[in-house]
Amino acid sequence: MAATLPVIPLSLADLAPGSAARVAAVDPQSPIGRRLLDLGFVPGTEVRVVRRAPLGDPVEYELRGYRVCLRRSEALRIRVELA
Amino acid sequence: MTNAGAFPLRLGLIGSPNSGKTTLFNALTGLRARVGNYPGVTVERREGTVSLGARTAVVVDLPGIYSLDPLSPDEEVVDRVLAGELAPRPDALVLVADACSLERSLLVVAQALRRGLPTCLVLTMTDELRARGGELDLPHLERALGIPVCGVVGHRGLGLGALRQLLAEPERWSRPPILPPETAAERSAWAESILAHVVRRRPGASRLTDAIDRIVLHPIAGTLLFAVVMVTFFQLIFAWAQPAMNAIDAGVGEAARLLRLVLPAGLVADFVTDGLVAGVGSVVIFLPQIVLLFTLLYLLEDLGYMARAAFVIDRLMGRIGLEGRAFVSLLSAYACAVPGIMATRTIASPRNRLATILVAPLMTCSARLPVYALLIGAFVPAHSVAGPLGLQGLVLLGLYLAGGVAALLVAAVLKRTLLRGEGLPFYMELPPYRVPPLRLLASQVWGSASAFLRRAGTIILAVSVALWTLLSFPRSEAPPGQGREQAARFALERSFAGRVGHAIEPAIAPLGFDWKIGVGLVASLAAREVIVSTLAQVYAASEDETGLRAAIRADVDPRTGRRVFTPATVASLLVFFVFALQCMSTLAVMRRETNSWRWPAFAFGYLLALAWCASFATWHVAAALGLGA
Repeated sequence: MAATLPVIPLSLADLAPGSAARVAAVDPQSPIGRRLLDLGFVPGTEVRVVRRAPLGDPVEYELRGYRVCLRRSEALRIRVELA
Repeated sequence: MTNAGAFPLRLGLIGSPNSGKTTLFNALTGLRARVGNYPGVTVERREGTVSLGARTAVVVDLPGIYSLDPLSPDEEVVDRVLAGELAPRPDALVLVADACSLERSLLVVAQALRRGLPTCLVLTMTDELRARGGELDLPHLERALGIPVCGVVGHRGLGLGALRQLLAEPERWSRPPILPPETAAERSAWAESILAHVVRRRPGASRLTDAIDRIVLHPIAGTLLFAVVMVTFFQLIFAWAQPAMNAIDAGVGEAARLLRLVLPAGLVADFVTDGLVAGVGSVVIFLPQIVLLFTLLYLLEDLGYMARAAFVIDRLMGRIGLEGRAFVSLLSAYACAVPGIMATRTIASPRNRLATILVAPLMTCSARLPVYALLIGAFVPAHSVAGPLGLQGLVLLGLYLAGGVAALLVAAVLKRTLLRGEGLPFYMELPPYRVPPLRLLASQVWGSASAFLRRAGTIILAVSVALWTLLSFPRSEAPPGQGREQAARFALERSFAGRVGHAIEPAIAPLGFDWKIGVGLVASLAAREVIVSTLAQVYAASEDETGLRAAIRADVDPRTGRRVFTPATVASLLVFFVFALQCMSTLAVMRRETNSWRWPAFAFGYLLALAWCASFATWHVAAALGLGA
């Protein structure tokens, strides 16, 4: 019998370089969430993790035909689901 | 024909940073941009005129934005300009978007269309789109958005003819039949539905950028490259500007000498040479550094490397509450705080920028070097500590480090108190590498350098003249029979500056300073190194360093019979110079960059308080150790 695994909410910060995921949710109320939406991290958008900075943070992402880097503290606010 | 002439057409240029907006602005207006500030804010205001056949238009280059739902001061300015506040409301909007990342730009397009002004869309970098294998159906995009769309290659001037024709008649632009939706999720869906019909082929990732980034952002190679670029950058600002600065210095000296030959000796000659010419010289002397700085800064920025450098160092700078881009500013400030503060323009977050500006004067600039050299040379024994490592060098290194460490500590404190986070996330675009057109680079450098001359230069000149007045009035004739140096000393002691020196003596006596050092401190407001020549005047010594060193070493206080420059006093004075903001040029540039006297006043005050306390502690500790005699 296959046990149903608990769903662990993933954030963008959990993804390894080279992997991709879809944005699931961003808090539209907080200023930080609003800005992330402005940058294109809108639910449904596909985001690819390009690379980490040499010191581990920030991380470069590719979405909507452009590249932007976010610190871990911001990436944690973006819930994602694997594509 | 519409009402041309009396009220020129005003066109507002809107787009995200890196959209090619500034390149387009320069291509349209040439080098005739007027640069200023919006009232009450630090956001730069750029306007230029463009002739559109029979009509002339004023193009307003609005700050780069990611959204019209304002979070940052830049966005607030755009929002208010579109509402007709701060500046006349534009008659029409020109949206600028990078053809390669239309997918993202459409989010701002959706917001702009809701403003109800005649709007057109200009797609830039259409050549890059083609090179990356992408293709857009522009006629379809026009129909889908309901507004005119025009493709250009800004830096090559391609498509500008058609754009000029379009811009001449915003009255005839089509308007969207229905406005785009309001919420982020709906906007995104709206953008997707348009893109589905318009994008014939998506552009691939820029292969060149990928290839370069594999090296430039490689954990080891990238870090090494960062170090090499930063060391070179520093070397250029610090050392390579020196020959030009020496030439300017010599030229100013020669001009003063020639004028002295022409003008009859007396007040007018003194004013023209020591006041005016020296004042102009103290402005022009910064030009080599500023031109070099901005050439490098804009080159690295436009190439796309600056964002990568910030990406590499961001984690370290983030620890103290600043961001990656602050690194370049603080590094430049090691050469001189003036270019260092001007370099903060690349920092998007206003609070991070202000924090960087406020601590930049703590970095050990090159003007402190003559002061350190004089005092260390005169009072620190030249014996070796370990092998080639001398005590004098170690003290100098310690002073350099003390400045840097203090800057980082103060930044950390400021960011946790006065300039606590503004709730804006950190984000930074990593644009594809691009070779900036030379013309654009030249116009950016010229714009920044001329703005420095106009806005900061006038303040520096005025203060130099004021300081000259303090040092020269009231005029007193020395009793006859004294040498030239004695006469100069006599006049200086009785001048306003001399009186100020005496007046502030009670405030600086706890630091171990007497009135003569006080006069030096007043004069050093012009520039730190001026304390050397002023002390030479006070001690009636020749200006060459050996003469002055001997004179200050031998100086005895007539009231106490003790030496004035004890080791404790010297240590205290050195520490004072580590902290104090003794530089009117820095204050003038702070005024210009923050658009108010409040922040320069704050910086001057906190650094003076810091200097006083640190000197007080140093003097008392040193005196307790028996170095006070």
